[in-house]
Amino acid sequence: MATVAAAHSDHAHDEHHDLGFIRSYIFSEDHKVIAKQYLISGIIWAIIGGLMSLVFRLQLGFPDMDLSWLKPILGEWVNESGKLDANFYLALVTMHGTIMVFFVLTAGLSGTFSNFLIPLQIGARDMASGFMNMLSYWFFFISSVIMFWSIFIETGPAGGGWVIYPPLSALAEANPGSGTGMTLWLVSMALFIVSSLLGGINYVTTVINLRTKGMTFDKMPLTIWAFTFTAILGILSFPVLLSAALLLIFDRSFGTSFYLSDIYINGQALPNQGGSPILFQHLFWFLGHPEVYIVILPALGLTSEIIATNSRKPIFGYKAMIFSMAGIMFLAFIVWAHHMFMTGMNPFLGSVFMLLTLIIAVPSAVKAFNYITTLWKGNIVFTPAMLFAIGLVSFFVSGGLTGIILGNSALDIQLHDTYFVVAHFHLVMGSAAFFGMIAGVYHWFPKMFGKMMNKTLGYVHFWASIIGVYLVFFPMHYIGIAGFPRRYYQWSGFEAFNTYADLNAFISVAAILTFGAQLIFVFNFIYSIFWGKKASANPWKSNTLEWTTPVNPGHGNWPGEIPTVYRWPYDYSKPGSESDFIPQNIPFSATPESNLPEENELIEEEKDIENIEYNYNIPD
Amino acid sequence: MTAENNITENVKPVLSINKWKFITWLFIITIVMLFASQTSAYLVRRAEGNWTEFEMPSIFYWSTSVLIVSSVLMFLAQRAAKSDDFGKLKTYIAGAFGFGTAFLVMQYIGWTQLQETGIYLKGNPSGSFLYILTGLHAFHLISGLVVLIFALVAAFRTRIHSKNLIQIEVCSTYWHFLDILWVYLFVFLLYFR
Repeated sequence: MATVAAAHSDHAHDEHHDLGFIRSYIFSEDHKVIAKQYLISGIIWAIIGGLMSLVFRLQLGFPDMDLSWLKPILGEWVNESGKLDANFYLALVTMHGTIMVFFVLTAGLSGTFSNFLIPLQIGARDMASGFMNMLSYWFFFISSVIMFWSIFIETGPAGGGWVIYPPLSALAEANPGSGTGMTLWLVSMALFIVSSLLGGINYVTTVINLRTKGMTFDKMPLTIWAFTFTAILGILSFPVLLSAALLLIFDRSFGTSFYLSDIYINGQALPNQGGSPILFQHLFWFLGHPEVYIVILPALGLTSEIIATNSRKPIFGYKAMIFSMAGIMFLAFIVWAHHMFMTGMNPFLGSVFMLLTLIIAVPSAVKAFNYITTLWKGNIVFTPAMLFAIGLVSFFVSGGLTGIILGNSALDIQLHDTYFVVAHFHLVMGSAAFFGMIAGVYHWFPKMFGKMMNKTLGYVHFWASIIGVYLVFFPMHYIGIAGFPRRYYQWSGFEAFNTYADLNAFISVAAILTFGAQLIFVFNFIYSIFWGKKASANPWKSNTLEWTTPVNPGHGNWPGEIPTVYRWPYDYSKPGSESDFIPQNIPFSATPESNLPEENELIEEEKDIENIEYNYNIPD
Repeated sequence: MTAENNITENVKPVLSINKWKFITWLFIITIVMLFASQTSAYLVRRAEGNWTEFEMPSIFYWSTSVLIVSSVLMFLAQRAAKSDDFGKLKTYIAGAFGFGTAFLVMQYIGWTQLQETGIYLKGNPSGSFLYILTGLHAFHLISGLVVLIFALVAAFRTRIHSKNLIQIEVCSTYWHFLDILWVYLFVFLLYFR
């Protein structure tokens, strides 16, 4: 606990720190810098993951295509006749899933916005422990380097799908990717889990302990609620993935038989006896299911904030939003077996998990309705962030509906592991969370970099993306209903599937165009950092505390005292008020014209809030 | 220190719990989840049959009592720190560290005993699980010893006293937790052999 001692000397935030380039921009302990590091890493990974999907989309849409032109990049993975190596196809699918789920939508989304917004919105100088926060990023960075390295080894990266089910992933003979690639995958993920836990522990501690005067739980922005629930989900579920990975590592490298039993390779029996591959699935999905909420909840939190701000209306059902997120979080832990309906589980058990799964539709629908009712008759400002937030709601609804279908164990028998599943989770989790992340970048870019992003490019990016995403994933539902299994290299062996060849080609073209649209965003992002228009301190006329900081908040966020909070964050278009927004740090005593009767009574309490004396005997 | 904080740091935690204690508890929760998943995997696998039964190494009974003694010494050390009794603090915390190290050695002897009876890491999962569970616990105990070393050094440099208890409180919370965790694992392994 050397850091405990170190924290005692951590004082005087108002002092001018001159830390030098390395401590300020590379090994920084400032939450804003760490957030930007996560964001930029996330964007780089998203480009890599996206390009991988294009390569296998080319294979699926145009199985006869000559891919020799990709030889400079893929080398031996494209053979003499210009065909993609089938094992490498599996590796690409695996890496696309792993990168997108963990590196982009967990680290890139939670890492960026939890780090950036938690201290700014609750009114704290920084995270509870800047050092742990820095460690969290650098564990993620090492994990990234290892995963990136694994792409270039001779036997290729891991190839067992992002779920790495044993025995395929446990036996090096199963697939080239089950050798060194799988080992590197496991090492990388173990480091990633450490990074997530360090981050999550920090987020929860900060929210619980470092809120400013008056920032009671019922005045916290919904973003903060979402990040807190996400962090709790991570703290409870990532250790279980570590457990699963640990036993797999022992099976692979030390000859144990946790997941292996009765296996023959080329007629030779393996010595492993008494293991159970289903055990891995239970452990994996106990993380795996909460993981999808780790991905979507922060996006929903960002959306709540953006939609309320740009509708110029209070969020509809603030408490209902909190309780539905809490409900989703709770249910996330007791539905994992709906990924395992096809493992021969007891049908009665299946029906229990089916019931629990379908109950998730209730809090999810509450959230969707609340977004729509917040928009209803609002004075909507269509900023690019707002459009992406509305796009998220659209995906959340259209992808969520197919979740109700897949959650039924009887229907899942037909649809399991088909493209219907792929379409479902790409809409409800992938695209929705991605849109939430993009919306967040457009919305908080002025606070991150002090510049505005180009609006016109933002609109082009939005329309190309939302149309593109629907063109990619909507037809996939039909392909799934037709019975196309996922993770297949090609379907030309099945006569019946030939009728859908053109639909697959259509999806591939749409995917390429959608990816191209993202380059507009990347250009806009980089261009605006350097040459964007200068932003004002509060360009969206928003209520939350981060907009009370200077345009470029320095170390410690507020130059003077941290503002005190008197009201909830959603006082938009309040009747009687001249301005259509009243920030959280404006006391009720300053707005007698718009106060409700019960708020007038709160004026007396303002003195108490201002006079809160913290117990200085508690050192930190 | 406190006077300086009064001037420079306007915003202190709203709840009166120290952030390091809170972080420690969250960290403990992650460890609980790790072992909960391991022991439930143990139960799920055991219910499937084909499960070798064997005797627990006798030294594990002794190592359990050694760890409990270490925990008691840690408690006494914390109490000594509260009353600024530095002599006792140094004795007790060094004792806690010594008994903790002895526990690790005894666990290792336990493993050799297991191997003498023919239970190896490879083989039936019942044996493998025993190695994994004790090994994981030993790994966390080593991390606990590292935390304890820092507290030990701080105690010998008289940096732990009644006005500065955070470090020893965090250390003893983690140490007691590791003790309870072992007792849980031991009883669990005895009961579900």
